[in-house]
Amino acid sequence: MSTDYKRIVRDGLWDNNVVFAQMLALCPLLAVTGTATNGLGMGLATTAVMVVSGMVIALFRSMVTPEVRIPVFVLLIAAIVTLVDMMMNAWLHELYKVLGLFIPLIVTNCAILGRAESFASKNPVMASAADGLFMGLGFTLGLVVLGAVREVIGSGTLFANAALLLGEPFHFMELTLLPGYDGFLLMILPPGGFLVLGFLLAGKRLLDARRSRIVAQPEPSPEAAAAAAAG
Amino acid sequence: MMHKANPEPEYRKRLGYSAALLGGFAMLAGAALTLGHVQTRDDIAARLTEDRQASLSQVIPAALHDNDLLQAPLALALDGTESKTVFRATHDGQVSAVAFEMIGQGYGGAVVVLLGLDRDGKVLGARVIAHNETPGLGDKIEVKKDRWITTLEGHSLAELGHDGWQVKKDGGQFDQFTGATITPRAVITAVRNGLDLFEAHKTELLAADTE
Repeated sequence: MSTDYKRIVRDGLWDNNVVFAQMLALCPLLAVTGTATNGLGMGLATTAVMVVSGMVIALFRSMVTPEVRIPVFVLLIAAIVTLVDMMMNAWLHELYKVLGLFIPLIVTNCAILGRAESFASKNPVMASAADGLFMGLGFTLGLVVLGAVREVIGSGTLFANAALLLGEPFHFMELTLLPGYDGFLLMILPPGGFLVLGFLLAGKRLLDARRSRIVAQPEPSPEAAAAAAAG
Repeated sequence: MMHKANPEPEYRKRLGYSAALLGGFAMLAGAALTLGHVQTRDDIAARLTEDRQASLSQVIPAALHDNDLLQAPLALALDGTESKTVFRATHDGQVSAVAFEMIGQGYGGAVVVLLGLDRDGKVLGARVIAHNETPGLGDKIEVKKDRWITTLEGHSLAELGHDGWQVKKDGGQFDQFTGATITPRAVITAVRNGLDLFEAHKTELLAADTE
């Protein structure tokens, strides 16, 4: 069974996107996306966990019996997240303080267990790594877009504190789009997140519907095209 | 659909295999976590110290002391069995400032304030280091969000008295936030209690250690 990498990329980023298609992991999504930078940080940490957990589970997939597969997956994912938590505390401390409680909560992110169960337990290591990577990137995309919308409408800034996450050279990313803006509190609180998510989901459906309408339009037959060109 | 190369071997169907497998993974996870802990614990401890140094330096100006604030904290015995950790800044052996944490009851729970006072009980600086207040409303007590907490600096109990150390709504001197009174009230209360604590234990706090 050869791996269809293009399928993996398309599924992860759009067609089977964790947030917009599968609608998983909504709890951390809504809580962390007050700003685009927080969303980005959380997304990158989750992507790292998804890649490593995908590879580890794919590595042991032939050994694990169906009876204990869920406890084993949860155990491995929890261990990986704990290691990521320790490493961020030690070496990415500022970001660790910003993300706070949400790093351990990556364990409860059902998208990771979902991919382990539906992909990594049935596919080779490299394919699972790719799946983890692109699912994670798709999740990060959802986080950043949602975070950006909420941040601009809620506080008037974009990518505030980017330098904390990415380092000093990225200071240029921190924009104040609406100086003197008092802010729209609803956007920063979870209800606002729900509302924006709803609009984004509707937007994705619209885009998908338009794409499938364009694809479904019948191609003109060669005779008809020739007749149209001549007449 | 799962592709089986050959029929599943007998031993895999035994309960013992699954149990041993789970145990094996548990040991693997345990080993990985232990390794990670050993590799990171020194760095984590260093980060924690850096955080505390950074907090303390915000409430006690560097010019006031020549010692390491974290070096020998004083365990101040309060009434009963409680004790409070007090960091003391010394200059030429004399105590020039003290810093300690006080807790106020905010809207969303405890608000922890780190308070720095000089010898005369004047506020050198106060910073909220932990809170659960409403974002956009109560979180203006954070110095990153608003300069409000710096308006406490330079005041003392002697200057304002208990009546002055309240939010304006309660007849005191300090602004509250539009739409959020409980939060700034919690901070002012915590600081006022800290000033009382300082007065009550002044001699002990300012006593110079002979090393």
